[in-house]
Amino acid sequence: MAEVVLMPQLGESVTEGTIGQWLKKVGDAVEKYESLLEVMTDKVNAEVPAPIGGTISKILVEDGQTVAVGTPICEIAVEGGSETESNAPTGGAESSVPSPTSLSSETIPPQHVAADVSAKDGESLRGRYSPAVRRLAAENRINPDTLSGTGAKGRVTRQDVLKAVEEQSHTAEVKQEIADNSTVQTPAANNARTAPVSPVPLVAGATAVIDPDDEIVPLSSIRNVIAERMVRSKMTVPHAWLMMEVDVSGLVALRDRLKEAFKAKEGVSLTYLPFMLRAVIQALKAVPEMNAQWNGDSIVLKKHINIGMATATDRGLVVPVIKNADEKNIVGLAKVSQDLVKRARSGRLTMDDLNGGTFTVDNTGAIGTVLTYPIINAPEAGIITMESIVKRPVVINDMVAIRSMMNVCISFDHRVVDGAEAGQFIRLVKDNLEAIGPSTSVY
Amino acid sequence: MPGITMAVMSYLEAIRETLKQEMRRDSRIIIYGEDVGVRGGVFRVTEGLQKEFGEDRVIDSPLAEAAIVGTAIGAAVNGLRPIPEIQFADFIFPAMNQIVEEAARIRYRSNGTFGVPLVIRAPFGGGVHGALYHSQSVEAFFAHVPGLKVVIPGTPYDAKGLLAAAVEDEDPVLYFEHKAAYRSLKGEVPDERYLIPIGKADLKRKGTDLSIITYGLTVNYALKAAETLDQEGISVEVLDLRSIRPLDVEMILDTAKKTGKVLIVHEDNLTGGIGGEVSALIAEHALFHLDAPLRRLAGPDVPAMPYSPPLEHAFLVTSDKITAAARDLAKF
Repeated sequence: MAEVVLMPQLGESVTEGTIGQWLKKVGDAVEKYESLLEVMTDKVNAEVPAPIGGTISKILVEDGQTVAVGTPICEIAVEGGSETESNAPTGGAESSVPSPTSLSSETIPPQHVAADVSAKDGESLRGRYSPAVRRLAAENRINPDTLSGTGAKGRVTRQDVLKAVEEQSHTAEVKQEIADNSTVQTPAANNARTAPVSPVPLVAGATAVIDPDDEIVPLSSIRNVIAERMVRSKMTVPHAWLMMEVDVSGLVALRDRLKEAFKAKEGVSLTYLPFMLRAVIQALKAVPEMNAQWNGDSIVLKKHINIGMATATDRGLVVPVIKNADEKNIVGLAKVSQDLVKRARSGRLTMDDLNGGTFTVDNTGAIGTVLTYPIINAPEAGIITMESIVKRPVVINDMVAIRSMMNVCISFDHRVVDGAEAGQFIRLVKDNLEAIGPSTSVY
Repeated sequence: MPGITMAVMSYLEAIRETLKQEMRRDSRIIIYGEDVGVRGGVFRVTEGLQKEFGEDRVIDSPLAEAAIVGTAIGAAVNGLRPIPEIQFADFIFPAMNQIVEEAARIRYRSNGTFGVPLVIRAPFGGGVHGALYHSQSVEAFFAHVPGLKVVIPGTPYDAKGLLAAAVEDEDPVLYFEHKAAYRSLKGEVPDERYLIPIGKADLKRKGTDLSIITYGLTVNYALKAAETLDQEGISVEVLDLRSIRPLDVEMILDTAKKTGKVLIVHEDNLTGGIGGEVSALIAEHALFHLDAPLRRLAGPDVPAMPYSPPLEHAFLVTSDKITAAARDLAKF
């Protein structure tokens, strides 16, 4: 008997994947969990493990081809089975699907995947929603992507949504009780499943005017994802904005003094970015309200400080994340940030690199701007930019001096914090940066 | 209920007793058809009626369906309340012209001056080895025609109440009786006269997971399927349409909205059957409550009911087929 392997879903809102390369060929023996192939999606490349041990009997999708999530991509003949052909993935469909959730950061494992369904093909019904599911999900502000489907081929049914609605109201009550009774903070993990996702209002934008000689470029899927997230953030998060001027003359002098030696010793360039990251991390430590997320009826205070770095690539914007960034010094931050940027630009990020951000830093100054109004990377509570460092005349002690000045701008979710906290935070970023002098140690 | 006496009777007995009760109540009622008098009908539905009401009111007609319905229309326009019988629904087509062109439109054509208070009774349906000319379901032909009403009872109780309501109606009603139901269905029927409003469906069983919408004999098969599925943890709602023209749109939409999954069942063949009309109503008015594609379980699109028992069985809608289709839909 043969197991059919399906194109896995490598993360939320990913609908298709491209076969990067097969690591096995027909006739090769594979062990369970051994890597079968590399799959490329818009943002990540991932190796797909074999769901079962056996011999590759068929490769159904060749290198470089792009297919929808759930499409059969190969078959593995299992030891002891006589036939190598498989007409239907008889119940094997579910066992052979590398569970989408195991590869992504979703915290909820599917409780049970489709039972014995008269499926004639292995096509998954995850992500295919009936009108009833769409309506109920919208009315109750539930993202059906986060539910495990008990219907045929993993389909999320109307009853799955109704169950989630019931649990949501129950969770809300429990959370209310916790808030009422004690100082215990709501464990963020509890919310992962039922965190209400604000629906994007279906307001049609202005239609493009197309003249005969205009070129129409179809949306790549990364463009689609960016568009969807930007619209969702802008339409559901009340953005407020602050800017502060920072005198980074000391930092500039320090970097000028150290950069040659640093490069020689550490193997990476010493840029301003790790200093900015460090200043932001220290400020987040001091103002934990900024390292938080809006959760509908509560606020989730994130325990880890994971800093996303907005990074431009040929294909579009990606935001790789430095995990536990507060545990790293300037050298560590320099190394990890440059590694992430390098991998982002060469398309070698893993799913893990992109998940779990709690706050975002955007080095907009790299393109020469002095003022930016960034869009928050929801559900994070804020995004901070570092603008170009420019020499400007400034007044110090009633005298005009030429100083290296840098603006920092922050957009923050005004539901989570007020201007007081955000102001305190950005003020601390400024103080941290201005405290750096020509003789500050980077170790 | 206090003060009401009930007898357990078959579907056939319920129809016969209702005919008697109506004829005793209203002397304008006459029965007219092939072998309905001396012989008491080929299925014995009218047995004893000629003896009780005489040859003037229970009349053996020539073998001419167009004449049976045509003269009944004339009698109805002139003040009688005829209940002609078409011996088998398969034979109704010679009378099609009279029913569709005349009975259905006289009220409209005369601007309301004349009505045709006529009840055409006809046994229909398969499963009794009646083969090609004694097994057809013909309801969809008539359900298409404005000016006609079409009712199909699924229980002895409904058989009585719907027949009385049809007799009471001032316009033509086609009353179809499934011949396999005649002696197989039994149930309590009150002695007292009562009316079941035409156009009102009946929720025969409440459920939450999916709805079966059907009518006539298959209501009983659907209820049996619901019992089976209940033991598997699938909660099935069964709606008996009772009238297929006019349809009870409100109850159809209510059950569709409640469960979000609908299986429509009839023995009549699929294409152009009542299931199509019910599906369209749901699709038009309850789309955003649907959790699965609408499904129809119906007779196959073959020219007629075969005689060969295995083939006849393959044609018919059975409780097992309904169970399988409903189970599949519940899992979707």
